[in-house]
Amino acid sequence: MSITLRNIKKQFGDFIALNTINLEIPEGELVALLGPSGCGKTTLLRIIAGLEQADSGQVFLQGDEVTDQPVKSRQIGFVFQHYALFRHMTVFDNIAFGLRVKPKAQRPSKAEIKDKVHALLKLVQLDWLAGRFPEQLSGGQRQRIALARALAVEPSVLLLDEPFGALDASVRKDLRLWLRHLHHELNVTSIFVTHDQEEAMEVASQIVVLNKGHIEQQGSPSDIYDHPANPFVSQFIGQTNVFNLEQTDTFWLKNSGLPTPQTGRVAHVRPHDIELTKAANGAAQAVLKDWQQLGGLIRVELLKQEAGGQPATIFAEMPAEQFRQLSLQKGEGVAVRIRHAHWFH
Amino acid sequence: MPQSHILPGFRPAISLTLFYLALIVLIPLSAMVLKTFQLSWDQFLAILTSPRVIASFRVTFGSALLAASVAGVLGFIIAWTLVRYSFFGKRMFDALIDLPFALPTAVAGIVLATIYQPSGLIGGWIMAVFGVQVAYKPLGIVFAMVFIGLPFVVRTIEPVLQEFDTAMEEAAASLGANRWQTFVEVILPNILPAALTGFALAFARSVGEYGSIIFIAGNMPYISEIVPLLIITKLEQYDYAGATAIGLVMLLLSFVLLLLINLLQGWLRRRGGQL
Amino acid sequence: MIRRKPLSVSDPTWFRYLLISLSLAVIGLFLVLPLWTVLTEAFAKGWASYRDSLMHPDALAAIRLTLLTAAVAVPLTTVFGIAAAWAIARFDFTGKNLLVTLIDLPFSVSPVIAGLIYVLVFGAQGWLGPWLAAHDIKIIFAVPGIILATLFVTFPFVARELIPLMQEIGHEEEEAALSLGASPWQMFFSITLPNIKWGLLYGILLCNARAMGEFGAVSVVSGHIRGLTNTLPLHVEVTYDEYDFVGSFAGASLLAGLAVVTLVTKTFLEWKQTQDIKTARLMSE
Repeated sequence: MSITLRNIKKQFGDFIALNTINLEIPEGELVALLGPSGCGKTTLLRIIAGLEQADSGQVFLQGDEVTDQPVKSRQIGFVFQHYALFRHMTVFDNIAFGLRVKPKAQRPSKAEIKDKVHALLKLVQLDWLAGRFPEQLSGGQRQRIALARALAVEPSVLLLDEPFGALDASVRKDLRLWLRHLHHELNVTSIFVTHDQEEAMEVASQIVVLNKGHIEQQGSPSDIYDHPANPFVSQFIGQTNVFNLEQTDTFWLKNSGLPTPQTGRVAHVRPHDIELTKAANGAAQAVLKDWQQLGGLIRVELLKQEAGGQPATIFAEMPAEQFRQLSLQKGEGVAVRIRHAHWFH
Repeated sequence: MPQSHILPGFRPAISLTLFYLALIVLIPLSAMVLKTFQLSWDQFLAILTSPRVIASFRVTFGSALLAASVAGVLGFIIAWTLVRYSFFGKRMFDALIDLPFALPTAVAGIVLATIYQPSGLIGGWIMAVFGVQVAYKPLGIVFAMVFIGLPFVVRTIEPVLQEFDTAMEEAAASLGANRWQTFVEVILPNILPAALTGFALAFARSVGEYGSIIFIAGNMPYISEIVPLLIITKLEQYDYAGATAIGLVMLLLSFVLLLLINLLQGWLRRRGGQL
Repeated sequence: MIRRKPLSVSDPTWFRYLLISLSLAVIGLFLVLPLWTVLTEAFAKGWASYRDSLMHPDALAAIRLTLLTAAVAVPLTTVFGIAAAWAIARFDFTGKNLLVTLIDLPFSVSPVIAGLIYVLVFGAQGWLGPWLAAHDIKIIFAVPGIILATLFVTFPFVARELIPLMQEIGHEEEEAALSLGASPWQMFFSITLPNIKWGLLYGILLCNARAMGEFGAVSVVSGHIRGLTNTLPLHVEVTYDEYDFVGSFAGASLLAGLAVVTLVTKTFLEWKQTQDIKTARLMSE
């Protein structure tokens, strides 16, 4: 089911949580609502779900306006941040809940409910937990049970509020991949809220970057990484070195092979777009301060002498093998070449 | 946690709440206020400044102050014992602390009178050893008030003592403080808000108490007559104006106490609750 | 001692024993002895005398009236408590703090005043007195007055247990139920009620104890008419004042029994609730 939001506004007291949000989500996408905490992403998700009313604006599901419809008639599945599993019910009863509360005419028979619940438990690979209570489960298991419970009512839209937020780092990695696969399998339009850009990049097919109540950019992960629309997105997604023409010697940038454009005063440079070579005598632009190995990559910390003040730190990244071949020492001068930059005002 | 905006039932729930509150509490209470307005200011003052009324206020508040102080000290010791030490039957004794909450006041009244009368089990002993009569004297009022006030103190101090981080004590000890210094400098300041709250709760309860006191008090006008009893006496003499005027003052005082207790509890949450 | 604490934070042994002895002495003299005294006094003249006192028509009428009062007051207070807790713990509105204070108010008002205000409304000289007399309706010095006074003194019992509990539990499960298609009542009966049940029972238990044991407020509005408007606590008073100590303490023994049952159940429910709150915290980690 496609989702359309038009001019959504929401205010809590004096705090503007959402400021005129317009958003179009095509059917079948797996969308990440990404932004720092307090940017309004959870509020937006709850408005789509019908758990929260927007002050103004409209919500459409598959082209039909549902702005004033209560949550139960929107055919959405919602996975809560802390899962909100019913603590007094077994896993089985939790998943069966949505089926059992249906009006008599639509309610499946006991046998059907049983089959359905077990099918869902198989889907989330936790079939042996049917008789347990939520408190007996690990965080990752609770997460998957909450998902199964939401899926039981066959929602046309799946909404997940910080689905991995409460999990240990190792469990989180597994579940991300698993959610992606599950989405491939079910092909239900899904939106999840996260503040972790890595998570959004890894899982989502579309990313919506939110900041202070408005949308900064929407696009595929590579789109957003390669073509950030503004400095906020550029800095929020991945690591970025920022060179301000006012503060930085234009000559230095030119020396690094980066021509200054007609427009734009600030250059954002990804660490992997910085190339290092051993400096020929006198041609050093920066000093190697330190480096760390991040798996197959090496992150190099460079110090660039500022015209009048503290030296600035620049981060560069390169494959470990390449770094080894350079055989650089700490404190050694290096020549810097910048392959590519995003220019902003 | 932010409040929810889609949960159902706010209107019926709040309507029922306000309706029932008005019916049972607000309208009857305002009846008393309005009744007092039928008195002129001079009449009102005349009632309140009559020697018998003043004496009853003195007896009630004096006894309550004394009783809440005694309950404060005893309650602190009991709470300390129950939290810090372990001994046989501790859980049962802990449960017993709430007996004055659960025991109907009339029962407490006749039992306390029986025990503390000059021929009673403890009353007789106190008489013999100290030569003091408890029951049917103002002292009896204090004893009854300690009885009903004790659980308030224990139950307010207990959770704060339980939450109290013993690392602070260890820190004090590691810095060279002896046990007494640690108690005075570290423990007491942290428990003080709770102790004061417990004291105030015990005091407020004692001031309004009727059932557990009247059997043991002796109820001599000017000497051992408490305010609630005086209100009833006035009512029985069809002196509605007198009963109402005194009642209103009591009501206002309980408002003030309630406010004070709320402030103390706010302080307690900030200081002792370690939130 | 199961867990030995380091010396630096534990008290000397003699001091420990001193405090324990003092505490036990206070608990014993103030709390255990009264319970014991109720029994010894009630059975001072033997079992037959005890039984006869309780089988006396006045005593039986008092027991009946006490049960009736509780049977009316407890359900009303419970329904009100749930409604108030739902409104307060689940929604934001102006005047919420004031409402909470007002709900707590009957706790801090002297029971005698609780009785007095109803006399002022419904009594012969009260607001509605003349009208009630004209229509031959008796509230003061009759059963309705006793029930009203009981409603006043038990007013906060359920609400003040439920409000913090429901705030602690949070509303996510209820929202989850709604998002899964539950109707409001389905949500209430299958999610809310099971989650608060121990706290609710706790509130009802204390409310019941107060409803059956209330003395001061009821005393003002009752008129002490034997066999008609005497509740059990009033019966205890009347017989005591007539020096019928066995009769008085026999009635008191029933009320003391109620108190002990209440204490035991309360301890159990407190334990249950702590478990629930632990689970709640665990689940929202």
